[in-house]
Amino acid sequence: MVPKKEKKKAKLAVWKFASCDGCQLSLLDCEDELLAVADAVDIANFPEASRAIVKGPYEISLVEGSITTPHDAERIHRIRRASKFLVTIGACATAGGIQALRNYTDVREFTSAIYASPKYITTLQNSTPITDHIPVDLELRGCPVNKYQLIEVVSAYLNRRKPNVSPYSVCIECKLRGHNCVMVARGTPCLGPITHAGCDAVCPGFDRGCYSCFGPKETPNTRAMAERFEEMGVSADDLVRMFRSFNAEADEFRKESIIHERQD
Amino acid sequence: MDENPAFKVGDQLILQGSDFSELIVRLKAAAYRVVGPMVRDGCIVFDEISGVEDLPAGFGDNQDAATYRLRQCDDMALFGYNNGPQSVKRFLYTPQREIWKARRNRKTVSIHLPDTEPVKTAFLGVRPCDLNAVLIQDRVFTRGEYLDDDYNKRRENSLIIVVNCTEAGKTCFCSSMNTGPRATAGFDLALTEILHADHHYFLLEVGSDRGLSIVAGMPCDHASDQQLRTAAESVTRAADNMGRSIDASGLKELLIRNIDNVYWDSVGHRCLTCANCTMVCPTCFCSTVEDTTDLTGNTAHRIRRWDSCFTMDFSYIHGGSVRPSAKARYRQWIIHKLASWHEQFGTSGCVGCGRCITWCPVGIDITEEARAIRQRDIRPAEVSETMEV
Ligand code: SF4
Ligand code: SF4
Ligand code: SF4
Ligand code: SF4
Repeated sequence: MVPKKEKKKAKLAVWKFASCDGCQLSLLDCEDELLAVADAVDIANFPEASRAIVKGPYEISLVEGSITTPHDAERIHRIRRASKFLVTIGACATAGGIQALRNYTDVREFTSAIYASPKYITTLQNSTPITDHIPVDLELRGCPVNKYQLIEVVSAYLNRRKPNVSPYSVCIECKLRGHNCVMVARGTPCLGPITHAGCDAVCPGFDRGCYSCFGPKETPNTRAMAERFEEMGVSADDLVRMFRSFNAEADEFRKESIIHERQD
Repeated sequence: MDENPAFKVGDQLILQGSDFSELIVRLKAAAYRVVGPMVRDGCIVFDEISGVEDLPAGFGDNQDAATYRLRQCDDMALFGYNNGPQSVKRFLYTPQREIWKARRNRKTVSIHLPDTEPVKTAFLGVRPCDLNAVLIQDRVFTRGEYLDDDYNKRRENSLIIVVNCTEAGKTCFCSSMNTGPRATAGFDLALTEILHADHHYFLLEVGSDRGLSIVAGMPCDHASDQQLRTAAESVTRAADNMGRSIDASGLKELLIRNIDNVYWDSVGHRCLTCANCTMVCPTCFCSTVEDTTDLTGNTAHRIRRWDSCFTMDFSYIHGGSVRPSAKARYRQWIIHKLASWHEQFGTSGCVGCGRCITWCPVGIDITEEARAIRQRDIRPAEVSETMEV
């Protein structure tokens, strides 16, 4: 099966919501592969790379960032309608991001402390993942996403195959790489056993515990993980912090963090 | 001393500690890459060594469930440690391997097999349990209907130098599984390290012609009865100090008739389904196959990668995963290791190396879980027909 050349190229759009742009930058960071990407698709909208906006509909939409304003809660629906295959990229889009820490406080306190005229600020109380608003075709995890996984997803879509983005633990990547386990050999708390693979176990490779940039893996046993950390001497406050970082609004992490919150 | 005695397979020789480096020199002269133990990032790992100076002289370890700590010993034994996280599996059955690559040129598609001529490799410091794990993987990959070409080639190009254990770790239970602490067959060479205050030597057993070709002409003597006794006593000391044990009698039947035991819920609550146990197990052989393409679709790769029965994808069929709960996945693992492996390969799938105990982040202990089931054994009459997951 050899398809005819001169196929029309797929239109790819990148969309930004509340985020730091780091995930979009991962795409720019693809240096060697960037030309190949530009060759394979028409980049229709990519705020970090160019101001030009090509009209929809779009074959592939990469959505970065979380929903934090009423305007964005509207806008995401328009993007969904204009997109065939919509992929959320990064911890903000898939789990509310670090800004979801506000979900545990009163956001009005921040706006009045920071802005001279808080009345001009229209913001939602919670930072929520894109899936809370629209159906999403694929979620790509990470803070930021792994650029190779990003290319893998685009390439899988273009070639009509299943993307290889496994939802199992970081431990599997850690062992494939041949790293020594920092939990067992150093007594360093590591979130790898409940964290979604994708980073190729970067931190354990540098003798650090996993911070869970990629959020919960499939079937994460947060209860047993937290109990083990307690045995290792991690305080309740630190447990709250560990479960409430980049993926603060991921369901399993949110629930576990609340268990360790001090009631005072 | 007879400098060039005619050695033969089965001989038990004495190699002086001061001559040990000669063994590595000879392996290299015979074009072997030498893979052996070395200290790296707080553990004793298995990797390519350049000489005797890379070996972990003076290092030992303390191990227990979910704990491993390197420690400095009072003596300078070269092999005074117990198994680290890795085994020979990493080299014979590699974590990831390309199966083929395809290229599309205009109208044709060509398939390219990787150039898999493996390097001749000598594995130095293989413990008896791990030797038995290799013999088990041999049954999986080199016999029967499904042969693994790559494994076969690597195996044919390997030379195994066992080091018998004179000390057992706290998570070791090879005695229960009949795989150690002394290797009886299947090696090319086997060493037992003897270290007295004033004397450091090795009992060197010749297990094959390949092993013989390395030691032929080495400065060795035949072992005296006294030296053989000393070596045997050292190994017995390890056997007497096994950190753990498992009652292997009727184990297979026990586990299978307890498939519905409510006890599995307990381990289901503790297990993280992280898969570390299967990754470190020297006999676990599961893998998955992944296909990738480049963006243009002009090149495709098929790779094989270690997989584990602790992932959801492992048992995914149309409609979902067959083993969604941690309980079902743990039960699959332990029953495969200790029970159904017998039916598949005529041997236990566990050699008692203790790695799954040490490297489980929450310290789930295969020997304890088997014991717990034995204590709560459902009598055959109570066994129900259904299996709930
Ligand atoms: S270091 Fe962390 S990620 Fe690696 S195996 Fe240990 S617990 Fe898992
Ligand atoms: S099941 Fe555990 S003790 Fe048995 S061989 Fe595997 S890792 Fe070693
Ligand atoms: S225990 Fe699991 S990973 Fe190991 S060989 Fe059996 S099915 Fe495979
Ligand atoms: S038994 Fe331990 S190592 Fe194995 S999957 Fe469960 S938590 Fe991980």
